[in-house]
Amino acid sequence: MARKATATKAKATTNAPEFTKDQELEAFREMLLIRRFEEKAGQMYGMGLIGGFCHLYIGQEAVVTGITMASKKGEDAQITGYRDHGHMLVMGLDPAGVMAELTGRQGGLSKGKGGSMHMFSNEHRFYGGNGIVGAQASLGTGLAFASKYRGDGSVSITYFGDGAANQGQVYESFNMAKLWKLPVVYIIENNKYAMGTSIERAASTTDLSQRGVSFGIPGEQVDGMDVRLVYEAAKRAIEHARSGKGPYILEMLTYRYRGHSMSDPAKYRSKDEVTAMRTERDPIEQVRKRIIELGYASEDDLKEVEKEVRAIVTQAADFATSDPEPDPSELWTDILVDE
Amino acid sequence: MPDILMPALSPTMEEGKLAKWLVKEGDKVGPGDVIAEIETDKATMEVEAVDEGTIGKLLVEEGTDSVKVNTPIAQLLVEGEEPSDAAPAAADAPKESEQPGPDAGTNGVSQPTVSSKPDAAPAAPQFTPKGDPDIPDGVEMVTVTVREALRDAMAEEMRADKDVFVMGEEVAEYQGAYKVTQGLLQEFGPERVIDTPITEHGFAGLGVGAAFAGLKPIIEFMTWNFGMQAIDQIINSAAKQLYMSGGQVSAPMVFRGPNGAAARVGAQHSQDFSAWYSHVPGLIVIAPYTAADAKGLLKAAIRSKNPVVFLENEILYGTTGEVPKMDDFVLPIGKARIAREGKDVTVVSFSMGMRYATQATEKLVAAGVDVELIDLRTLRPMDIGTIVESVKKTGRIVTVEEGWPQGGIGAEIAAQLMEHAFDYLDAPVTRVTGKDVPMPYAANLEKLALPSVDEVIAAVNAVTYR
Repeated sequence: MARKATATKAKATTNAPEFTKDQELEAFREMLLIRRFEEKAGQMYGMGLIGGFCHLYIGQEAVVTGITMASKKGEDAQITGYRDHGHMLVMGLDPAGVMAELTGRQGGLSKGKGGSMHMFSNEHRFYGGNGIVGAQASLGTGLAFASKYRGDGSVSITYFGDGAANQGQVYESFNMAKLWKLPVVYIIENNKYAMGTSIERAASTTDLSQRGVSFGIPGEQVDGMDVRLVYEAAKRAIEHARSGKGPYILEMLTYRYRGHSMSDPAKYRSKDEVTAMRTERDPIEQVRKRIIELGYASEDDLKEVEKEVRAIVTQAADFATSDPEPDPSELWTDILVDE
Repeated sequence: MPDILMPALSPTMEEGKLAKWLVKEGDKVGPGDVIAEIETDKATMEVEAVDEGTIGKLLVEEGTDSVKVNTPIAQLLVEGEEPSDAAPAAADAPKESEQPGPDAGTNGVSQPTVSSKPDAAPAAPQFTPKGDPDIPDGVEMVTVTVREALRDAMAEEMRADKDVFVMGEEVAEYQGAYKVTQGLLQEFGPERVIDTPITEHGFAGLGVGAAFAGLKPIIEFMTWNFGMQAIDQIINSAAKQLYMSGGQVSAPMVFRGPNGAAARVGAQHSQDFSAWYSHVPGLIVIAPYTAADAKGLLKAAIRSKNPVVFLENEILYGTTGEVPKMDDFVLPIGKARIAREGKDVTVVSFSMGMRYATQATEKLVAAGVDVELIDLRTLRPMDIGTIVESVKKTGRIVTVEEGWPQGGIGAEIAAQLMEHAFDYLDAPVTRVTGKDVPMPYAANLEKLALPSVDEVIAAVNAVTYR
């Protein structure tokens, strides 16, 4: 199977592109911030401070980090589904604002009215945070349409999962994107499980990078656990889209360590499978190892980074637990733009 | 020294069994290490360490049942700390009354106070519609069809704002399935008048995304029946966006097309979605009857910074009316139009329902009944104030619509009048609606399924006890 072959080949990573020292350190820090933030969110969920659904990004950090490093921050638009915390952190949204949204406080990015799945930023060009599986495929295609309409040169980076890849509107979007040569890169974050259903049980063809073939959209599978490979593929795909050649599909082979959401015990997969991924393929440990081996930083330097990241997360958690809930008057605001 | 607390792993979990410790006292752990397994009636879950440190005292033995959420289950020693013999922090455990639930507080964590009385929701802000603009004396009135009025509205707004574009099936080269977009392609070109594949869900979503990015799409559905393919994007994406983003990102756009019964096309092509969309906060819903209202309100809809559902009617496209010849004729959203003043009985309707209501009114007036006829024009926000004022005067009201009765526009008006004009009513609020059946094909049955002029007259006679 192509997927397995790619994963095996990628494991050797002999052909992986080199990162500069700065890139390695940036990737390490960004991924670590996501990891620590998400662990904290999981803990706070456990304490009852975060309600409802909470989908953690732990294990998939290299995907959004590599892609964002390859994009133009603040110009290219990004949009994703409900597993969105990592995207916001890497795009530069305030971690305290994200965490306070998770706890439903007034200082949250959506004033506490959106929650874990619904956060947005015009300034950073992040369009959510969308709770309906697959809806972001059409919305992201619309962001690309706006880019082409205005000729502003931006690219829409539209993420969805292996589960959403079976939704009809994804293919409606592929068709229009290619027909009109819209600057969109579809990132399929294939973490192998759509909630509890493995891709083999849900998809008639499991090589999702080929789902654009009947529309003439090029696609490739990428080892989504190696941030360098993610970055390299994203550079290529984004350039393709920006240069007017239309959409591109990148299927990121990745893995989430946690359940689908906090209330998922993940009994549909073996412990060995999870453990193997964590010990052999962890995206952060791969970078850490390279940094040390290449002498880009010492263990102590990395401990400092750990400390900094931890301070950011602690500060975010403190804010998110001390900030008040929204004022009751907020119930009636932001329904319509006042005119 | 942080305690490790019994976690809640779902919003409803209150307690669980500490099934197994996977670490022992003195073990070093780091973030993400699995330290214990807990069981609830639903599942077995793993507990991960969040901080780095050494496991101090295990405060709860493995195999213990019914451990309350947020009870300390172990100590975690961070660098340099010694295990403490201090009594396990029973006192630190939240009190019974504060136990879990997503809102529950924990020690050391400030939480908003929970009042014992349920907080009353603050009152909804009142919507005050603006009045219609004055038409200056001497303005020429031009007779046009509703179809032309809609086209002119789009053309004028597209001339004024290059962010406005039209997208839909057959809107460009075919000149519109119902010829509403006639001539737009020739004037504005294929970049702004865009033929789509037959893919409602996709192009509605694409339009919403373009609106997020600041464009002002006009999304045409060939009919609103096909718009059902796209209702998820209209409601879940467009209508909710502003609220979910705390006011940051909006969807300034228009979804438009013919709604309601056409003629002899059966159940899937003949239905009225007015009540459906009017139910949804975050949307504006407009359903005009006259050519002037069609033009003035479509221009307002395109300019609106909000998502607007604009419900036209295929049968009305060819009807004519007078439209003032002005540079910029825009009507206020949310304002009903009093089509005829009267004092005996109020008849209220909108869109195609106005045709039955108007014809009935003519006959009733001829028979000596002084009917006050109101055209809602906008269904959301609904101009309840105008209806209430009318009923205070007449004491009687009949509502007319093509849609089904249950949860319909008439049902909403009836409920509003119970709240706002109960003491003024001299007769029960009476509805004339489409029958509660899928639209039949046979000509005789179709006629029976729709409201009729005679039914409106009968209803008026009933409430005026004639």
